[in-house]
Amino acid sequence: MLEQNQTAPLEEVMQQIAEHKGCGTSSEGGKASCGSSSAPEDMAPEVWEKVKNHPCYSEEAHHHYARMHVAVAPACNIQCNYCNRKYDCANESRPGVVSEKLTPEQASKKVLAVASTIPQMTVLGIAGPGDPLANPEKTFKTFELIYKAAPDIKLCLSTNGLALPDHVETIKSFNVDHVTITINMVDPEVGQHIYPWIFWKHKRVTGIEAARILTERQMLGLEMLTAAGILCKVNSVMIPGINDKHLVEVNRAVKSRGAFLHNIMPLISAPEHGTVFGLNGQRGPTAQELKALQDSCEGEMNMMRHCRQCRADAVGLLGEDRSAEFTTEKIMEMDVQYDIEKRRAYQEIVEQDRQEKVAAKNAELLELEEEYSEVKILVAVATKGSGRINEHFGHAQEFQIYEVGTGGSKFVGHRRVDLYCQGGYGEEDTLPTVIRAINDCVAVFVAKIGGCPKDELKAAGIDPVDKYAHEFIEQSAVRYFKEYLGRIKSGEIVHVDRGDADIRQGAYIAA
Amino acid sequence: MAYKIISSQCTACSACEPECPNVAIYEKDGTFVINPKKCTECIGYFDDAQCVAVCPVDNTCVIDTSYPRYQAA
Ligand code: SF4
Ligand code: SF4
Repeated sequence: MLEQNQTAPLEEVMQQIAEHKGCGTSSEGGKASCGSSSAPEDMAPEVWEKVKNHPCYSEEAHHHYARMHVAVAPACNIQCNYCNRKYDCANESRPGVVSEKLTPEQASKKVLAVASTIPQMTVLGIAGPGDPLANPEKTFKTFELIYKAAPDIKLCLSTNGLALPDHVETIKSFNVDHVTITINMVDPEVGQHIYPWIFWKHKRVTGIEAARILTERQMLGLEMLTAAGILCKVNSVMIPGINDKHLVEVNRAVKSRGAFLHNIMPLISAPEHGTVFGLNGQRGPTAQELKALQDSCEGEMNMMRHCRQCRADAVGLLGEDRSAEFTTEKIMEMDVQYDIEKRRAYQEIVEQDRQEKVAAKNAELLELEEEYSEVKILVAVATKGSGRINEHFGHAQEFQIYEVGTGGSKFVGHRRVDLYCQGGYGEEDTLPTVIRAINDCVAVFVAKIGGCPKDELKAAGIDPVDKYAHEFIEQSAVRYFKEYLGRIKSGEIVHVDRGDADIRQGAYIAA
Repeated sequence: MAYKIISSQCTACSACEPECPNVAIYEKDGTFVINPKKCTECIGYFDDAQCVAVCPVDNTCVIDTSYPRYQAA
C-alpha cells in the first residue's frame, strides 16, 4: 500500500486520504479565508503555528491532513440527553452502530498501521464513546505507547470536562497537542435540561446541582489548560429552545478563559436514536439557524464550521470508510514498520500542492479587488478532499458549502446527504432530499453530473456547474462569483436571497 | 443480598468496574458481571451502591434477591 502511494500521482493519492470526518475551523470574518497561509487576525502567531496543519482546526489543512480516532475509553461519568450510551454515537447516521472497543495495545498498533499506510494521518484523537478522562489509565496508556513509537503524531483528546482538572498535569506530560471540551452551557438553569445526572465523588448528582458542578469543573479545567499552555477548543451542541441563545454567552465565557476555537454543532435527534431528546421530539437546528448563530459569535472568536460530526472510530475519506481495512484481527497480523522519513517526504509533496492552491485563489481574487458589491452567494461543492472539485454529484455523501462575495470566499459548513446514487443510477426520491439540503445555494459544483438531476436542480433554481471539474474549489468559487456579478449587471439574472435549507445530519462524536 | 447486572441491558461500557470498592465486577463474555461473593452492596464504603450510581442504563445493576442481605462484619 505504501509503495503504491509513493508512485501514484498526487491527485489519486489525495483521494485516498483518510480524510477525517471530524471538525475544523474556518478563519474569521471573511477576510483571511481558509486558503490563507497567514494567521487569522485574532489568533496569536504561536497558536496558528500549532494548528495550521491540523485537519480539525483548519478547513484548508483538512483537505490535506487527516486524523483518526480510537475508542479505548467507553466509560462515562455524566449522562447527556442527546446521548444513548447503548450506541457509541447517539447521532450515528446508521443508528445502532457500536465502534470496536480496543485495548491501549491494540489501539496503538492500529494507529501505527494506519499512519504507515496513509501518510497524511497526522493526528490521533481519543474521544467518545465515553469520556477519555473517566478512563484515565486506558487513555494515557494509549498516549504513552504512541508517543514512544511515533513522536511525530499529534495527540488530542475530547472530554466533558468533569474530571479534567485532575488530569491537566498528565496531559501536559504526554505533550498532548490540544484538548476539546464539550461545553453546552455556563448556567446551571440551562444545564439541568441537558444533563440529567453526573457521577461525582461516589454519588449520582442530579438537577441544577449536577449542572453547577459540571460547569465549575469545565471552567476550572479550561483555565488550567490555558495556564499550562495547552491549546483548548470548545465544542457546543446547539439545542433549539434550550441553549441556542445561551451559546453566545458560552462563547464569551470560553473565549475569556483562553479557548482558541469554538465549534458549535447542531443537535442531531431522531426517535430511533433512543435518546431523551430523540424521544421527546426535541428538534435540531436548521442549517440557517446554525449559520446565524455561528455568524453572531464570529466577531467574538474563531468559529469552526466544518465539523462533520464523525463516528468515533472512523478511518476514511469523505464518503468512504476504510476502517474495514484496519479491523483488530487484521492489525494484529500486520507487521507494521513505522517510517518517519517516508511520511515526511510525502507531506512535503502535500505542502507544495497546498501552496499552489493558495496562489491560484489569490490570483483570482486580485481581479476582484476593484469591485465591491453587497451580494454574497453560497455554493455547494462535491469533493472528495484535497481542495478540489472532484466528486460526482451522484456519489456525494455531503456537500461543502462556501460563501463567496467580493471579500473572497470562505468555507461555511457541510451538508450531509444520503447517497443519491447508490450503485445504480439516480434513485428517485433521494434527489429531492439533496435539493432540500442545498437549496440555499445558488450553484452546485461537481466533477460530473447526469442529465436528469441537472434538469431538476435547474428547476429548483440551483445552477449545476461541471465546468470546473478537478479545479481548485476556492479559485473556482471566486471565478463563478465574478461571472455571477457580470450576469447581474447585464440584467440577465436578478439576485435573490435564497431560503432556508434542511440538513440531513450525519454522525456525531459523543464527547 | 448482593447486586447483579442484567446482562441483556449491559452496554459493556466498563464504567462500573473501577468504581467497585470490592473489585467484585469483571468482564465476562462481552458484558460485565458481579461476583456475589465479593459484593457488599458497598456497605462499609459508600452510601450508594457505586455500580448503580454510575451505570448509564437505569435498572441494570439491581439487587439479587436470591442472596441474603449483606451483613457488615
Ligand atoms: S454494589 Fe458496590 S460492592 Fe456490590 S458490585 Fe456494586 S459497586 Fe461493587
Ligand atoms: S456500568 Fe452498567 S452498562 Fe456499563 S458495564 Fe457496568 S453494568 Fe454494564
